[in-house]
Amino acid sequence: MPVDVARMTKVFERPKSLTEARYTYCPGCHHGIITRIIGQTIDELGIAERTVGIAPVGCSVFAYLWYRCDAVQVAHGRASAVATGLKRAKPELIVFSYQGDGDFASIGTAESLHAANRGENITVIFVNNQIYGMTGGEMAPTTLVHQKTTTTPDGRDPATCGYPIRFSEIIATLDAPVYVTRQALYDTRRIQDCTRAVKKAFQNQVDGKGYSLVEILSTCPTNWRMSPTKANEHVANVVTQVFPLGDLVDRG
Amino acid sequence: MAERQLLRGNEVIAEAAIRAGCQCYFAYPITPQAELLEHMARNMPRLGRTFIQAESEVAAINMVYGAASAGVRTMTSSSSPGISLKMEGISYIAGSNLPAVIVNVVRGGPGLGNIAPSQCDYFQATKGGGHGDYHMIVLAPSTVPEAAVLTTLAFDLADLYRTPVMILADGLLGQMLEPVELPDPIDPASLPRKPWATTGAVGRDPNIILSFDLGPENLKRMNETLQTKYREIRAREIRYEETDVADADLVIAAYGSTARIAKSAVRMARAEGLKVGLFRPITVWPFPYDALRAVADHVSTVLTVEMSAGQMWEDVRLAVAERAATPFYGEMGGVVPTPRNILDEVRKHAR
Amino acid sequence: MPRGTIVIDAERCKGCGLCIAACPQKVLAFSGTLNASGYDVARMENPEACVGCTFCALTCPDIAITVYREKKSA
Repeated sequence: MPVDVARMTKVFERPKSLTEARYTYCPGCHHGIITRIIGQTIDELGIAERTVGIAPVGCSVFAYLWYRCDAVQVAHGRASAVATGLKRAKPELIVFSYQGDGDFASIGTAESLHAANRGENITVIFVNNQIYGMTGGEMAPTTLVHQKTTTTPDGRDPATCGYPIRFSEIIATLDAPVYVTRQALYDTRRIQDCTRAVKKAFQNQVDGKGYSLVEILSTCPTNWRMSPTKANEHVANVVTQVFPLGDLVDRG
Repeated sequence: MAERQLLRGNEVIAEAAIRAGCQCYFAYPITPQAELLEHMARNMPRLGRTFIQAESEVAAINMVYGAASAGVRTMTSSSSPGISLKMEGISYIAGSNLPAVIVNVVRGGPGLGNIAPSQCDYFQATKGGGHGDYHMIVLAPSTVPEAAVLTTLAFDLADLYRTPVMILADGLLGQMLEPVELPDPIDPASLPRKPWATTGAVGRDPNIILSFDLGPENLKRMNETLQTKYREIRAREIRYEETDVADADLVIAAYGSTARIAKSAVRMARAEGLKVGLFRPITVWPFPYDALRAVADHVSTVLTVEMSAGQMWEDVRLAVAERAATPFYGEMGGVVPTPRNILDEVRKHAR
Repeated sequence: MPRGTIVIDAERCKGCGLCIAACPQKVLAFSGTLNASGYDVARMENPEACVGCTFCALTCPDIAITVYREKKSA
């Protein structure tokens, strides 16, 4: 029996601060969930008209297309420095950077660390999927030990490649950051937790509290060579063993 | 009228930037431009403006990128090795049509080189330096008072054309003390509006700042827009100075500090009865090709003098186009030519 | 249990199956029908069981799902 939706209440729809553009991401990729969470947060805080998003280089290079707010596309790794310049120039803006693991924790190591150390009043969304998706599945700074990538075809060997960097833990050693947390999206409970964390990270900026970082363990089903559901299980069972979930700093 | 003060070139550029309404300044320490950074550190915060000693030159230029996106006047400064690090960001700033001012107080290179005055970054400044088909407007002051004037101009041109503008100084100019009348502070209300800036999408569609398009046809159009802008700049913004050129048989082509030393050599040569003049590009990009060609039509020799192995020399030869002889005299490694050195070169070629 | 339903924008669906796995009521399944992009689109196989919990929409990376719930009767 068909249901008449006109007589029902809409309880979930596309956030208003997102555009209608279709994502360029692969099937099952978590980037889309994170984008939706950010859009929902911008809606709930009513900040679309003063938000500037920073799009990185990587699979999320097109991030400027997803939001109905101003955006700046920047060089690989430099998002936290550009965010610093924007926020200092116009402190009334809400500035968030969206950065992958290569962007944030490899090529942008200095910019990421020092923006955090200055306690810039910005919100950083750090998407950790342990691989370079856009360029074809190469090793990331966060690639797990023995994980096969196109540049570690026999698996990441710590003897020559080192170990996965827990960058949020490094940032958590600093005095300035207000909020540093690691979240995941492998089931609806984690999605709800992550949504709360992202909202808190934006709310901190609105309240002028300072630097907030939300690391989000994400999947890359295409380059992991797993189905989206298997990729979720891999995050739950394997990745979280190396990158434990939870708040690392909460001075809010 | 503004007061006359004895000031160092680096401080004058800094103070002129403040008076031009520079709202955000980001830089990393390096000799021989440290006084510029330190002047900003002392003065920007007390004016309620932004000073950040960045973690690197790369970070500093990207902070400039952010502040320029937000629509404020912004500047960074460095010296040669640091400018190399900024090249990535400068390419993005040019490609994204953002206004920004970059100061290079050039020192000896390549590599770590030394901290003595040099003009060995001319190619990097005028021919690209970073990746892609872009240019900066490059202003080359010859004296400390001119550094003040050109700093003001740099901000105006950056806003007018939405382009990076470089002030190409050198260690000599940066360290030199000269009496200077600083410009009056501009009225912030007089600054141009920037409706393209990312200041929050209130009552308008979102503004997007980027240098990126995967589609070749679209990126070609973006490049054509840049090239159209460069044609306009070439048509309108070329600046140069001619000294004793009208009756000259030999003209020295020199810019920046070297031009100032060459001016002394011209006086000495004239005292000896040699018909010598000076052609000094003030914009080294765009280079005053047509003006120099016109000079070349009535002289026998255009002698290029630079503190480099012969970088501007290439532009001089393009301009002269074999209408006159084009010998070169250069010093490298931080060696500064004296007026006497230049006079000796003049004597070799003058009739 | 409240009665719910969902509307799937078939052209946005990339057939990743995350909604199918997320649904606690086992409402969803692959339809076997390909959309214009060639993806096997999810559909409600067991619509009567839907309670409008939104789990499918929360997990959908492409925001292809809108969720409705019956209004509480007066």
